[in-house]
Amino acid sequence: MATLSAPLRSSQPAVARPRRGARLAPYGFLAPFFVLFAAFGLFPLLYTAYVSLHRVELQTSERMDWLGFQNYTRLFEDPFFWNALGNTFTIGLLSTVPQLLLALGLAHLLNYRLRGRTFFRVAMLMPYATSVAAATLVFAQLFGRDYGLINWALSTVGLSPVDWQANTWASQFGVSLIVTWRWTGYNALIYLAGMQSIPQELYESAAVDGASRWQQFRHITVPGLRPTIVFTVVVSTIGATQLFGEPLLYEGNSGGGISHQYQTLGLYMYEQGWTFFHLGRAAAVAWVMFLLIVVLALVNAAIAARRNRTDR
Amino acid sequence: MRPFRAAVTTGSAALAATLLLTACSSGSSTTGAQDANEKVTLTVDLFGTFGFKEAGLYDEYMKLHPNITVKQSDTQDEGQYWQALQTKLAGGGGLADVQGLEVGRIASVMQKQADKFTDLRTLGAGDVNDGLVPWKAAAVKTADGKVLGAGTDIGPEAVCFRTDLFKEAGLPTDRTELAAKWATWEGYLALGKEYVAKAKPGNAWTDSAAGMFTAEVGQQKVRYADESGKAVHDSSPVVQTAWADATKLVADGLSAKLPQWTPEWNKAFSTGKFATLSCPAWMIGYIKGQAGDAFAGKWDIAAGPGKTGNWGGAYLAVPKTAKHPKQAAELIKWLNAKEQQVKLFTKQGSFPSSTGAQGEIKTVKDAYFNNAPIGEIFSEAAGNMPAQVLGTEDGVVGKAFTDALGEVERTNTAPATAWQHALDNVKKASGN
Repeated sequence: MATLSAPLRSSQPAVARPRRGARLAPYGFLAPFFVLFAAFGLFPLLYTAYVSLHRVELQTSERMDWLGFQNYTRLFEDPFFWNALGNTFTIGLLSTVPQLLLALGLAHLLNYRLRGRTFFRVAMLMPYATSVAAATLVFAQLFGRDYGLINWALSTVGLSPVDWQANTWASQFGVSLIVTWRWTGYNALIYLAGMQSIPQELYESAAVDGASRWQQFRHITVPGLRPTIVFTVVVSTIGATQLFGEPLLYEGNSGGGISHQYQTLGLYMYEQGWTFFHLGRAAAVAWVMFLLIVVLALVNAAIAARRNRTDR
Repeated sequence: MRPFRAAVTTGSAALAATLLLTACSSGSSTTGAQDANEKVTLTVDLFGTFGFKEAGLYDEYMKLHPNITVKQSDTQDEGQYWQALQTKLAGGGGLADVQGLEVGRIASVMQKQADKFTDLRTLGAGDVNDGLVPWKAAAVKTADGKVLGAGTDIGPEAVCFRTDLFKEAGLPTDRTELAAKWATWEGYLALGKEYVAKAKPGNAWTDSAAGMFTAEVGQQKVRYADESGKAVHDSSPVVQTAWADATKLVADGLSAKLPQWTPEWNKAFSTGKFATLSCPAWMIGYIKGQAGDAFAGKWDIAAGPGKTGNWGGAYLAVPKTAKHPKQAAELIKWLNAKEQQVKLFTKQGSFPSSTGAQGEIKTVKDAYFNNAPIGEIFSEAAGNMPAQVLGTEDGVVGKAFTDALGEVERTNTAPATAWQHALDNVKKASGN
């Protein structure tokens, strides 16, 4: 025993402590990501914070005057900022809620044995694969006030035309519809993947117990999908907070409509930076948006955690 | 989570590779060669419709200089053009050899970005503005004598109208008779009421309140800023009168409520949606482009209210980053010469800023507009035109007011509320 244990003990450290190079290898493999993240993620983030404390104008961008938090105080005093925040919230609701509900329904349907199932699944992803610009430009044509297809259709059934650009709710609905159209299929596929991991036996035994399709959906599918739903809600919330391309191209200007009635925070930031050329102020908006998203993500996570706890 | 992370890393690796590639390829770009016969492609970046291409001026220039190819790109909406231009100027890349500048922006460029454009004196074109109306040349001359741009056209105002729609509604179509009826803006509104009462439902008198507002404000010397550069847009009686008239236009139901420079507006040129349009001279080319040959003879032009006013007009400048500054300066000097200004007006309607050219176009008529004596009409308006005071924020202020008028006509916003919105918007845009 004694003779055997000595060499064993001495060889143990050699196994536990591999050679220096091998020990560092994982860091080496991770390094490219972190180097790129530092260059394209962290540095811009910190530099934006630095810029947001200065007066910086695009037309004279070499000059930086220290302002402290003046860009932020001015921001919170600006009614247009609160307007944009409100719009981001309402457009976010108008687009995220129907989008996720529709996606859930579609995924449920696609989960049945259907003829041409693959075709439908691919077709669902088509809007997601379309560029924002192309889709929005087509929708903008459809929503035209005088010569748009939608108003023409309304007039054929005797309804009066709607000003899809200038009217507050109509324009927010228009923008939300584009977002919904683009993202429903994507979310449906995520739900579908989640549904397929729910064991078939649960459905079978529920059917034996006499549960209807709707009861199966409510009591098996939805609880089984909870982690997936939390994921899509978090991602959609972040997406809605950053909404930019659709409202920008809806009428082709950064004002978000003549009364700024569908100007989102992203658009407000862009307008400050690239229409009015106040880069410092735009940087302040960017940081406020960043913090807002962090808070929203934390709230989402807290709600999800609480629900999980109460369920058990 | 793992496939996601992997996708990010490969994505960033691909991005890094592309960056490297572009860095390598941009290293071998053109270097300034001295050979006079070297093949050169000049890029010209403009907004709206300058008409150089349409009037065949580039073709003519390329025939005279076989080694030169001129390539033009343009953006219809000046607001978007200006935004893109500022981004490029700040980044120092993507600029053309020749960039157009709108008159409402020129004061801003002169004050804030004079160092981004080449002094035309150093390119042998310091005399490019000699012979122009004095205010046009003065606006691009710095205190120390630098010449930063070439003044192209100016925008004397008139009214364009549709003879076919006027006939249908039983209105006279004779130009002098009409000019007498709308000698004032009140007269213009009164005739509009008469038209709308008789015209097909849905056919309005004019395109927008914004068009009329801009035209009316453009008739005054001091608009949004006074001679000292102080902002007066909120107190100026000129702006208030024009605002009152434009909101009256809306209240009387005379506006087609079309936002200018949008696809909907463009389409309406070939429908009956509006019967008159406030027409600076350069609008002639725009109408021809939008309404097309099918509408030749249906449009006509008469002298407008007050027979004066200036709306728009432009400059051509050579950015510091131009690849071929010398050739660019030669091109704009040629384009701006008296002969070319005459041709441009005859074919496209852009009114010359050169006094010599102004003398030669007095008898020009335009077949598209029922042979209207456009030379005579616009010359008279140009003769009465004030030497406008240009403010650095003219573009921004103008947009704030026209947007607010859009609110009045399209969302039934009370004029007083919309006025306050306009002032708020100016404040939001301003730098302090």
